[in-house]
Amino acid sequence: MKELSGDSKIVLGYFYSGLVWGVIGLLIGLLISVQMWDAAFNFGEYFSFGRLRIVHTNVLAYGLGLFTIMGLFYYIVIRLTKRPLLFPKLAVITMWIYNIVVLAGMITLFMGLNQSLEYAEFEWPVDLGVVVVWVLFSVNILGTIITRKEKQMYVSLWYIIATIVAIALLYIVNNLSLIATLGKSYHLFAGLNSANVEWWYGHNIVGFLFTMPILAMFYYFLPKSTGLPIYSHRLSIISFWSLIFVYMWTGAHHLVYTPLPDWLQTLGIVFTMILIAPSWGSVVNGYMTVEPDWSRLRTHYLTKFFIAGITFYGLQTLQGPSQGIRAVSALVHYTDWVPGHVHMGTMGWVVLTITAAMYYVVSKIYKVDIFSVKLANTHFWLVLVGQVMFSITMWITGIRQGLMWKSLNADGTLLYTFMDGLVGNYPYWQLRTVSGAIFIVGMLVFLYNFIMTIVKGERALASNR
Amino acid sequence: MSDNKNSIYSKSVVFTVVVAVAVIIGSVITAFVPLAMKDMHPKLDNLKPYTALQLAGRDLYQKEGCFNCHTQTVRPLKADVLRYGEYSKAGENYYEHPFLWGSKRTGPDLARIGGKYSDQWHIDHFNNPQAFYPLSNMPKYDWLASKPIDIEQTKRGMDVLGFPYTQEDIEALKSRTQLDAMVAYMQVVGSAVERKNYVAVLPEDYENAQNPFKDDAASAEKGRVLYEANCFFCHGVNGEGTNIASGITDLVDEYTSDGQIFVDVANGLPGMMPEHINIMTKNDIWDLVSYCRMLAAKQQASN
Ligand code: HEC
Ligand code: HEC
Ligand code: HEM
Ligand code: HEM
Repeated sequence: MKELSGDSKIVLGYFYSGLVWGVIGLLIGLLISVQMWDAAFNFGEYFSFGRLRIVHTNVLAYGLGLFTIMGLFYYIVIRLTKRPLLFPKLAVITMWIYNIVVLAGMITLFMGLNQSLEYAEFEWPVDLGVVVVWVLFSVNILGTIITRKEKQMYVSLWYIIATIVAIALLYIVNNLSLIATLGKSYHLFAGLNSANVEWWYGHNIVGFLFTMPILAMFYYFLPKSTGLPIYSHRLSIISFWSLIFVYMWTGAHHLVYTPLPDWLQTLGIVFTMILIAPSWGSVVNGYMTVEPDWSRLRTHYLTKFFIAGITFYGLQTLQGPSQGIRAVSALVHYTDWVPGHVHMGTMGWVVLTITAAMYYVVSKIYKVDIFSVKLANTHFWLVLVGQVMFSITMWITGIRQGLMWKSLNADGTLLYTFMDGLVGNYPYWQLRTVSGAIFIVGMLVFLYNFIMTIVKGERALASNR
Repeated sequence: MSDNKNSIYSKSVVFTVVVAVAVIIGSVITAFVPLAMKDMHPKLDNLKPYTALQLAGRDLYQKEGCFNCHTQTVRPLKADVLRYGEYSKAGENYYEHPFLWGSKRTGPDLARIGGKYSDQWHIDHFNNPQAFYPLSNMPKYDWLASKPIDIEQTKRGMDVLGFPYTQEDIEALKSRTQLDAMVAYMQVVGSAVERKNYVAVLPEDYENAQNPFKDDAASAEKGRVLYEANCFFCHGVNGEGTNIASGITDLVDEYTSDGQIFVDVANGLPGMMPEHINIMTKNDIWDLVSYCRMLAAKQQASN
């Protein structure tokens, strides 16, 4: 081999893009975590919490998340279809357009141009850009799948197809708006419908951005990195269909005890409970795959990333449904419990799985071992500790706050003022900043290890020339 | 792999269509059908569309991302109504594009903020929340006072949302700042529902009431602690008054009875002073009465 194939270069291009956005998004996460316990860290309008929190979520979801997901999708698809990408040039163009879109999105969010719909904050011109990118991406991926050389589609391809279809549907419907000016639009739907459509979107965009694509990776890279085949194909089939079917019914669990009609809330909650089963289908499938030889957790360094990742996914999909129950929602809704839940998913399940997949891919395309397994282990433990500390502190303070909000004096008046509850968060929020810092150090170790592997790979290529 | 070579897993186009159907069924039933249902779009009789100034304020509320810290839905739960007021009604949301209910209460709920405080309170609070609650994590919004309203955007917004306005309304925006708009929005949020306290004391019961802790130094000391957390930013650190409210020393004299002070501090004065009986016991309020008397007496002595 003298040079990387064009397709491999494309995959790397998406990785680089994702990592740049990732660093920005994480540093902003760290800054807003400080702003929450000391308002003096708000620096003028462009760097005040209200604007930055949106930058944090969007840059990480659409920058770090979606870029690395797209890169990994290209990689998985060309391998599972046993053919090169249908339109390699288009993939490069898509990458550049998408970088411009995310950059425009980030700048406009700093300027305060947002639609105020969670995970759909980009204003309409940026949305158009995202839609264009998604169409180009879908054409390439679906086109490659349709013209595949391998007749049977493996599980990962199912999840990839579901991701492509569902995100298109969700993104377009929820971003329909009444356009006032270039930088300002109003949700097309009003009041209860605005809320209902947004949370149908909000829950499912998380599902089809942070669950389905990650499962696609999981089903592909777990067998690859452990050398063990997926335990049960039947279980894969059942969990796939039930997961994508049930997911779409559950958005209303974000609107418990709001003015949304009771029947919609109850319907959402019932399906939320059902969602445990298909989610755990994949968890069980993952565990049983490694079951024949658990020692691979030690011998194959990537196995532990995937097993820890699926474990967080398993916890996440038990915790999530319980949050949907009215009695639990009454206590934890609106508190820091929810960011605790969120970050176990994003920092645990999503980031662990994606980074492990990236290690696998670079070493595979350069045909070299990664730069340092030891550093990969350091990265693993730092990210794990940072994430677990983050979530645990948030769960504790979430429950503490939920209880303080509702504690009553003997005469039926409230025991605590709002400020009492807020100030009680500060020690936990400070610990969260520490956890975030540990996590970021872990991610920097990953970045270093990843880049050094590429350097090593390039050297190996050069010496072959 | 599935044994059947002709299964759906080997037909990518069919597979994609089936996936689309699977995700669309739940979407249609839970998200699209409700769009056409009447009970999803109710309207309270006295709910009015936003005025140009209020809409400009709402746009700013969105722009500054206030919804990242503040919710705007009071749940029908005891503790929620006790703290914030009447629970949120479906019919209040008729004109909400988008809804701004939020998902995180880093700051208090604002669904009933309209009419809770005076405009001056909001102006001072936006400029410097820490002057009210030193440990508040709400950012200072001190740039709002010096920025003009985006008139073109507001006008276009009124148009696309179909809210009525006159040319004078738009002209009037020229002399107003972003801060004025934000305050105007705050004062209208939740105002379609009548303001009422979930708990209140009956004034009749306290007409001739005496402070059970009269001249008790320990009570006044407890009162001071409460005062410094809940009252000083309106009435002044030493009860000397601020631009929001008169001084305690002016308000409390030999003609004001203990019972009257108790009732006013407990129930609040609409638009001027918030209720306190929801977050304090009756004894706490008597302690405050003791402290107010002490402040007044000190002032008298120094005259
Ligand atoms: C970092 C989170 C945060 C952001 C962002 C924020 N606030 Fe606040 N807000 C708070 C906290 C905490 C309090 C309670 C302490 C205080 O009054 O300062 C509060 C209090 C308030 C109050 C008084 C509520 C009451 O019932 O006493 C109003 C009104 C308010 N905020 C409006 C806004 C508006 C409008 C914005 C956007 C321009 C905003 N806030 C942005 C955290 C925030
Ligand atoms: C949001 C500002 C605000 C807060 C907070 C506030 N007050 Fe007031 N208070 C007022 C205003 C306004 C008046 C009306 C009198 C005036 O200012 O002219 C008033 C009136 C009073 C009066 C006179 C009532 C009467 O019967 O004449 C007393 C006593 C008083 N407040 C005590 C308190 C105490 C004690 C607290 C703290 C628990 C408190 N206030 C908190 C704004 C406030
Ligand atoms: C260094 C690590 C991180 C830190 C310090 C951090 C910090 C924060 C903070 C302070 C908030 C606001 C919480 C609130 O308003 O109460 C937040 C919200 C959020 N973050 Fe992070 N974050 C980190 C990593 C990530 C990652 C890796 C992702 C996703 C890929 C992510 C996604 C989100 C999301 C989706 C929310 C919104 C949560 C909600 O609405 O409940 N974060 N983060
Ligand atoms: C069976 C699976 C899951 C269910 C049923 C579920 C359920 C829920 C519920 C009920 C909430 C709302 C909590 C509240 O506000 O009171 C929530 C919030 C959230 N969940 Fe999950 N969850 C699941 C899995 C996941 C996974 C795997 C992730 C991946 C990262 C995730 C990310 C989030 C995010 C980002 C939010 C915050 C939404 C917001 O308020 O902005 N969830 N989840």
